Amino acid sequence: MSLLAALSADADLYVAQNVFFAVIAAAMVFSAVRVVTTGNVVHAALWLVVVLAGVAAQFILLGSDFVAVTQVLVYIGAVVVLFLFGVMLTRASLGDDESVGDEKRVMAAVVGVLLFAVMATGLIHTYEDGRLVIENPQSVNVVSDAIFSQYIVAFEAVSVLLLAALIGAIVVARKD
Amino acid sequence: MSTTQVFAELAYWQQTGIRVGAALAAVLLVAGALVYMHLFKAVSFMQSRLGPMEAGPYGSLQLLAEVGKHIQKEDIFPAKADRFVFGAAPFVVLASTFLLVVVVPAGPDAWFIDHHNSDLGIYLGLAVSSVSVLGILMAGWGSSNKYSLLGGLRATGQLIAYELPLILAVVGVVIQAGTMNMADIVYAQANGEIFGLGIVGNPYILTQGVAFIIFLIAMQAELAQAPFDMPVAESELVTGYMTEYSGMRFLLFFIGEFATAGVFAAVASVLFLGGWYIPGIDPGADVMNLLGPLVMLVKIVGLTFLVFWTRFTMPRFREDQLQRLAWKFLIPIALANIVVTGILKVAF
Repeated sequence: MSLLAALSADADLYVAQNVFFAVIAAAMVFSAVRVVTTGNVVHAALWLVVVLAGVAAQFILLGSDFVAVTQVLVYIGAVVVLFLFGVMLTRASLGDDESVGDEKRVMAAVVGVLLFAVMATGLIHTYEDGRLVIENPQSVNVVSDAIFSQYIVAFEAVSVLLLAALIGAIVVARKD
Repeated sequence: MSTTQVFAELAYWQQTGIRVGAALAAVLLVAGALVYMHLFKAVSFMQSRLGPMEAGPYGSLQLLAEVGKHIQKEDIFPAKADRFVFGAAPFVVLASTFLLVVVVPAGPDAWFIDHHNSDLGIYLGLAVSSVSVLGILMAGWGSSNKYSLLGGLRATGQLIAYELPLILAVVGVVIQAGTMNMADIVYAQANGEIFGLGIVGNPYILTQGVAFIIFLIAMQAELAQAPFDMPVAESELVTGYMTEYSGMRFLLFFIGEFATAGVFAAVASVLFLGGWYIPGIDPGADVMNLLGPLVMLVKIVGLTFLVFWTRFTMPRFREDQLQRLAWKFLIPIALANIVVTGILKVAF
């Protein structure tokens, strides 16, 4: 079967989304490799911003704009900024830092490969040949209704966990 | 044929092109107007001087002369600077401002992102405005200058601290309006009533007055204007993270400062002053597409006057006072405001 016939037989194939998925994914993979190969901690954090922005873009392609914006707000606006803030307060040398994690490279690679294997098999076994149907963009109302009805217990549990972590951080940080 | 019909006949990419042009104009023209009216003139009159008078009538073309001067200057990179990070930093800050303006509607059809399809509204605005911190950190670190780095770190600590009261103040408005959609927040204010009186609608400055004041204080800090100008404190840090910048890139930071002031004022006027609504005219009427931007401009100029009035009147906060105000004062009040708003929302 030619490609054209395959396309017409499968009417809900999202061509534009697939093309942009590939473009963004390639940029994300390149940036992710740079995160771990660059010799400068600040550069690594800035490459991480590109990876996380790519994740947000992929969420938009899936029609989950609320999750995409949350990704920007939490990861780029808060996590990476705090990360950079901490790095610059302690060791913010310009240029390459020779001591960046050479002896830990092998362990990190092993952990990375294992994590990838576990997640990939998990995803493949869960969805098998099934296809994700994007009927409507997920509106804010749908997300909030789901959080505050179906997943209310999990939501409250996460809230308490975060509060405990917050108090724990203060207790650890206080000297007196 | 009404303006809406003419616009609807254009192709999607043509509409998008017009909206991008309008967004550029909405940021840059407003920023220029704010520099002239507030920085050049209002402040000069407060200090019993005339301000610029030579370029154009009453010095109105002074800003063009300043821009021309900065464009001609050499774009200096410090010898030890990280060239890419140093060069890209002002663009990250400016991009954050341009992305923030797209959530602001100025009329029933005068929007940048379609509020009929997306309810994100103010949530998107708060997310993209938090990206500007990244640009400031990049500028502070990339300059390879200890004053710049200190300024960048001070700015980051301040922006992180004041982002919380800013967001929490907005939550009160969102609870009362029942939506994050900026246009629906305007309609909710236009159709609202206070004690059964609906003559002026219900601009949320009346019922969310506490949130409005918190929002203005946090906005002042987010803009790093005095009394919150520790990051650029000129007597200690030269000009903080902007110290090493010259020419075009300095101009970008300078424009960004005033453009962000204008855009934040636009967001505040939508959230608290009824946006493009003025009493007596239906906010959904076609004429509001032309009248709305003018109404918004008046509200923006009024709000930014408060910002610059405060800037040139108040002495600078010390670093610990600044952090204490955010964490021990503004955030608890904002949280209490959310609780009270939530209770009253359920009760009525």
